[in-house]
Amino acid sequence: MTVKFSKDHEWVKVDNGIATIGITNHAQEQLGDVVFVELPAVGKTVTQHGQAAVVESVKAASEVYAPVSGEVVEVNKDLEGDPALVNRAAEGEAWFMKVKLSNPGELDGLMDKAAYDKLIAG
Amino acid sequence: MTETTPRRTSLYDEHVKLGARMVPFAGYDMPVQYPSGIIAEHNWTRSNAGLFDVSHMGQCVISGSDFQTVAKAMERLVPADVLGLAPRQQRYSQLLSDDGGTLDDLMITRHEQDGLLYVVVNAGRKEHDYDWIEARLPRGMTLRPLDGLALVALQGPKAEAVLAKHVPQITVLPFMHSGDALIGGIKAQVSRSGYTGEDGFEISVANADAPRLWTLLLSDPLVKPVGLGARDSLRLEAGLCLYGHELDETISPVEAELVWSIAKRRRTEGGFIGADRVQRELAGGVSRRRVGIRPEGRAPAREGAPITDSAGREIGKVTSGGFGPTAGGPIAMGYVEADAASPGTRINLIVRGQALPAEIVKLPFIPNRFKR
Repeated sequence: MTVKFSKDHEWVKVDNGIATIGITNHAQEQLGDVVFVELPAVGKTVTQHGQAAVVESVKAASEVYAPVSGEVVEVNKDLEGDPALVNRAAEGEAWFMKVKLSNPGELDGLMDKAAYDKLIAG
Repeated sequence: MTETTPRRTSLYDEHVKLGARMVPFAGYDMPVQYPSGIIAEHNWTRSNAGLFDVSHMGQCVISGSDFQTVAKAMERLVPADVLGLAPRQQRYSQLLSDDGGTLDDLMITRHEQDGLLYVVVNAGRKEHDYDWIEARLPRGMTLRPLDGLALVALQGPKAEAVLAKHVPQITVLPFMHSGDALIGGIKAQVSRSGYTGEDGFEISVANADAPRLWTLLLSDPLVKPVGLGARDSLRLEAGLCLYGHELDETISPVEAELVWSIAKRRRTEGGFIGADRVQRELAGGVSRRRVGIRPEGRAPAREGAPITDSAGREIGKVTSGGFGPTAGGPIAMGYVEADAASPGTRINLIVRGQALPAEIVKLPFIPNRFKR
């Protein structure tokens, strides 16, 4: 099971047609202390590169874009009570949502880890 | 100003060494946070002592033949009681426009040397303020920018203990007073003031001495560096205005709830630029007021968010909003219609198209701990 990355700094991990989505550790570092996460409603349809969630740091609100299209089947309720989990475990426990892929071909347009690391090394 | 290369304070290299994230602010490259992050820096300042580089602020000296002359000239420009300042005493005030809007807020100190006022203005307004003040000074008086000076703030409940290790007599310096001090052999002017709601000091030293002073203060285990991010969350919790947000040229000090900074004599006598509006508003009331706002949920409302009443009618806007680490949740300040400004009034904040319930609350969000 491989992890893919978007240029907007989201990661996506696919298992049996279900994509788990979060923001990258690099994104978390750039944001600083996360104080609030607004997640989409379960059942909502998100489109690739469309706005899917909002993450708020002390300083500002930032949009989180869906790296793939599909229906939201689950959101991470832990982030409501403990938004700072994003700072501690961005690419693990602090996943944002699970999406049932409507177009698995979209994954081919995303970066692998090596390409993403090269992007953020800038 | 955004097109030119940002200026650097004399502490720039220290910030970089400490791993600060530098951002452009008011024409300067300034540390927004150090590696520990905004919340940790905020909390450290509330429980120990935070060290801030505020050298971007505009320090200047206004001078004339004697104190009376200079104070009278200054009283034309600000609504504060300048004539009543004792030597080394400091006051907060505002520069007002002809129609009573706020051009900037500032700190005025009567220097111990006769005929000198030491003034600190906001970084982003210094060129404007210097021009405005100079053009209105009587002949024989001058304004001299003190570009050779750096300014650092040491803020927090342990600030006094830290500074007293170098300057034992600092413990008797009263709030809003300044004095000369030698800190580790460095000549400094220290005032007991700040922008965090905590006890603390602002320390003015020569640019060349600033890195040594910074390093010396940071060598104390009670002191950690704090960036502009936490400076903003600290002042927001303390209910203090930030120019460009709670204050601008359309807002009067009466609307901004700064009447406490206008002495009784000045309210009655007037005689300052903008006095017509201030006196009219003091007598007849204002149509909007600055208020504190507590959103009910966890979502912060940011600057610009519309404020509506229970019927959905827009009654104002948020001017600063974010997360208050000590308050333990989202907090904001804004302006609302005067009859909706009482604490306890239920309002809504429009955030991303949704109406979030909130309440008008008394400022500050956390009690000030100035040493009176």
